[in-house]
Amino acid sequence: MDSEAIGRALSRLAREIAERSRNGGADLAIVGIRRGGVHLARRLRGELTRLLGQEPPLGTLDIALYRDDLSRGGAAPVVGPTDIQFKVEGRDILLVDDVLYTGRTIRAALDEIVDFGRPRRVWLAVLVDRGGRELPIAADFAGETVAVAPGDDVEVRLVEGGAAADEVVVKPRGTP
Amino acid sequence: MIGRHRHLLGLEGLSREEILQVLDLATSMKEVLARPLKKVPSLRGKLVVNLFFEASTRTRSSFEIASKVLSADAVNWTASASSVTKGETLVDTARNLEAMRPDVLVIRHAAGGAPQLVSEHVACAVVSAGDGAHEHPSQGLLDCFTLREKLGTLEGKTVAIVGDVSHSRVARSDLHAMPKLGAKVRLCGPPTMIPQGIERLGGCTVHHDLREAVEGADAVVMLRIQHERIGDPLIPGTREYSKLWGLNARKAAEWLTPGCVILHPGPINRGVELSPEVADGPRSVILDQVQNGVAVRMAILYLLAGGSPAEVSAAGARS
Repeated sequence: MDSEAIGRALSRLAREIAERSRNGGADLAIVGIRRGGVHLARRLRGELTRLLGQEPPLGTLDIALYRDDLSRGGAAPVVGPTDIQFKVEGRDILLVDDVLYTGRTIRAALDEIVDFGRPRRVWLAVLVDRGGRELPIAADFAGETVAVAPGDDVEVRLVEGGAAADEVVVKPRGTP
Repeated sequence: MIGRHRHLLGLEGLSREEILQVLDLATSMKEVLARPLKKVPSLRGKLVVNLFFEASTRTRSSFEIASKVLSADAVNWTASASSVTKGETLVDTARNLEAMRPDVLVIRHAAGGAPQLVSEHVACAVVSAGDGAHEHPSQGLLDCFTLREKLGTLEGKTVAIVGDVSHSRVARSDLHAMPKLGAKVRLCGPPTMIPQGIERLGGCTVHHDLREAVEGADAVVMLRIQHERIGDPLIPGTREYSKLWGLNARKAAEWLTPGCVILHPGPINRGVELSPEVADGPRSVILDQVQNGVAVRMAILYLLAGGSPAEVSAAGARS
C-alpha cells in the first residue's frame, strides 16, 4: 500500500466506524496500541472528529507487561507508557493497531483494557489483516486484508514514525 | 537480565547504559502504580524469595509489593525464625531455598559479599538488598531515579552525600552510579566517617565542612548514623554531630540553592541528620524515594526474572 491507499483505507474505516457508533459517537473512545497503532489512532480520531462533530478521547496502550511470552525464556522488551485518562467503564472502545497477525497482541490489549474498567464493548480496527491467527480474534474494521506467508513480515511505515512516506511493505523476516 | 548481568549484586560493575535501562523501565513501572488496578500479569507464575538476615521495613516491603504488582509470588524469610538459629550456613540456607525453585532470591545480609557468595551456588537470579557496608544497589538506583525525576537529568548536577560514608552501602552505590550518569559527587562528614582515599574512586571530592559541601549543590543525600553498625564511637556524640553535620531549617534556608532537593534512605534519626522541619519540608523528596523504590524494584525483578537478550528480538516480534 502506498500513502494514497493508506489514506483512502483510513477514510473508509472512519466512515464505517462513524456509521456504527451509537449516540453520534458520544460514548466512543479510541485506544491505540503502541507504537504503530497510536499513530493510526490519532489519524482515525481526526477523521472521526470531522464525521461525528465531536472529538473522541484518545488513549495509548503498551501491552509489554501483558505479553504471554515473557516466561518462555524470551524477552526483556522495551516497556512504554500506557496512558488512558478517560473512564473506560461503559464506553465503546475502538482499539487500533497497525497489523493483525496471531492475535496475541490483541488478547494482551483486551486484558489490559479491562484492568482499567469494563467497557460496554470493544471494536478492533487494523490497517492490515494478514491472517495467521493463533487465537479466535477478528478485526471489526480492516483497511486491507492480505495473505502473507508465515515467514514474511508486514511492516507499516508511517511518517509519524520517521518514514519518508507512508507505506505498507511485505518482506522476508530479517531483511531490513 | 540487566544488560550483561544475571544478578544485581552492586552498581560498581554496571555501565551507564545498564543503569539507564533500569531507570527507563522504572518510569513505565511507576505508571502501573498510578493505575486504579495496580497489578499486571508479567511475572505470573514466578517466585521471589526475600531472604533478610537483617531487619528491614522499607526495602523488604518494597520488594514484596513490587513482586505482587507484577503478579509474582513473594515469600518472606527472616533469619530469626529459621534454621540459621540452629547453625545452618548461608550457602546451605540458600541451597535449600533454591531447591524450592524460586526465580529470584533477594538477599540482605550484614556481611559484605554475602549475595555474591550465594550467587555462586544457586541457579536463580540473586539481588542484593544491601550487604554489609558494600552496596545497596536498588537504593542507589532509586536515588538516581528520584534525582532524574526531580532535576530532569543528573548530567552536570552536583550531589552532596553527607554523613557516615564509611559504613554506608547506600553512599557506595550512589557513588558508583551517579558519576556514570554525569553527576559530580561531594562526600561530606567527620574525618572518622570518610574512608581515606575514597576520592580515588573518581567522580567525587571530599569535604568536612557541611556548608562547603552543600552550597550550590542540586541535591543533598543525608545518610543515617548507623549506631547498630558502629562498634567504636566515631563521633563524640549525636548532639555535636547534629550541630556540625545535621541539616536544620536555618542551614537549609541559608546554604541551599532554591531548587536543591533533600534525600535520605531512611529510617531518619530525627533531630540528628535532619530536623523534622527539613525532613517534612518542601525540599524533602524522601517519600518520593519510597514510592520510586517500588517502581525501580519492579523494573529489577522484571528484567531478572525475564529471559535472555539473545531471545529478545524473536520474542519481541509483534503479532
